[in-house]
Amino acid sequence: MCLAIPGRIVELVEDLPHLAMVEVTGVRRRVDLGLLQDDMPGPGDWVLIHVGFAMSRISESGAEEQMRTLRMLGEDHAAMEEVRGYGLAPEE
Amino acid sequence: MRFVDEFRDPEIITRTCEEIRRLADPGRHYRIMEVCGGHTHAIYRFGLKDVLPPNIEFIHGPGCPVCVLPMGRIDDGLELGKQDGVIFAAFGDMMRVPGAHGSPLERKAAGMDVRIVYSPSDALKLARANPDKHVMFFAIGFETTAPSTALTLMRARAEGIRNFSVFCNHVTIIPALRAILDSPDMRLDAFVGPGHVSTVIGCRPYEWIARDEGRPIVVSGFEPLDLLQSVVMLLRQMQDGRTEVENQYARVVPWEGNRAALAAMAEVFELRPFFEWRGLGFISQSALRIRDAYADWDAERIFDVPGIRVTDPKAAQCGEVLKGVLKPVQCKLFGRECTPEHPIGALMVSSEGSCAAYYNYEHRKAAAASLAPV
Repeated sequence: MCLAIPGRIVELVEDLPHLAMVEVTGVRRRVDLGLLQDDMPGPGDWVLIHVGFAMSRISESGAEEQMRTLRMLGEDHAAMEEVRGYGLAPEE
Repeated sequence: MRFVDEFRDPEIITRTCEEIRRLADPGRHYRIMEVCGGHTHAIYRFGLKDVLPPNIEFIHGPGCPVCVLPMGRIDDGLELGKQDGVIFAAFGDMMRVPGAHGSPLERKAAGMDVRIVYSPSDALKLARANPDKHVMFFAIGFETTAPSTALTLMRARAEGIRNFSVFCNHVTIIPALRAILDSPDMRLDAFVGPGHVSTVIGCRPYEWIARDEGRPIVVSGFEPLDLLQSVVMLLRQMQDGRTEVENQYARVVPWEGNRAALAAMAEVFELRPFFEWRGLGFISQSALRIRDAYADWDAERIFDVPGIRVTDPKAAQCGEVLKGVLKPVQCKLFGRECTPEHPIGALMVSSEGSCAAYYNYEHRKAAAASLAPV
């Protein structure tokens, strides 16, 4: 639950501007950007995701570091399980 | 060090360890509390104890939300969740946490409608998809997670979704640190501040620890090098006679925190007068409840909460371990009645609980060593 997962924003969801399609190592899920509304990120930006919400903007190298940290902690599988579990549906 | 070949730059690690040895006064014992459960996990996982001089000791703090939740709250939540037409939704971490009459997973096996969600917004989605049911989200977590619950409640109200509620167990880290510092059996020299909680609250809320309590605190990242650099920063402060809040994790943690997240929390939540923490007892103004404006989505007001209080099994010493007075292995149940496969206390359930972390890395290593041919 306390995982912070790095992802890259692919696109904002049309008509639902607080949602973005985010890619985490090849898996795409919708993530809520509402907690970053003071400094809204856009496509191509990297964010740290926690329980389906983007928590902070990070750099690309910060994202790589975070993914490596998750791997080192043995939590990369749990992180991907969490991302796959987000029910805000891939674009179907 | 165990995972040394995975490290980005083993040379820097070696140099940092040398600097720690140089800075640490051999005549002094340093007790450093890492507040966050993620740090506890990392410290065991990376075997940091093995590379630090023996007079530097990590004391594991209260920063695992599953671990500090009293069993009675789980039972209260399950009592509400078992009502007809109610779906009990919670994060996966909660599923194996034992209540007095079984864990959520065991209740599910017995027929209760229990669903794992990975996000509070997925619990809201469940409510949209099941208009004839009531979805109750069992919310836990520190300030890292509370803003997400807050935003979900704001969306529920905006959309007028009435078959959704939150059973709120969100807690705040600062009052717990105050309680620990006030505890007469605690002797701490310094703190490693939590990483992801601080992305929300920033670094200012820790200033009283440095200013009034005279303890250095460094907000830290989760990599081995982050934690070792944080120890260096703490030792330097102590050597210089400084007590400050420093931010080692500035690449992720802004000094001022996340204003939008704090605003969402302030919109939806207010402080409870007091809340019970497992192992620490009742702490005033240490937890969040739902404001009147969101009362229609507050499970504690929609339903009658039984208010169950359960004392931990007598032999279990979760409280002492949680306060850092005992090491996990010093508990009478550790590794015998209480294991990650059959947890009795919550510290053994979550991978961020100090007992589970100790068991998975130290205890298994010792067991393997004792089986090795001489």
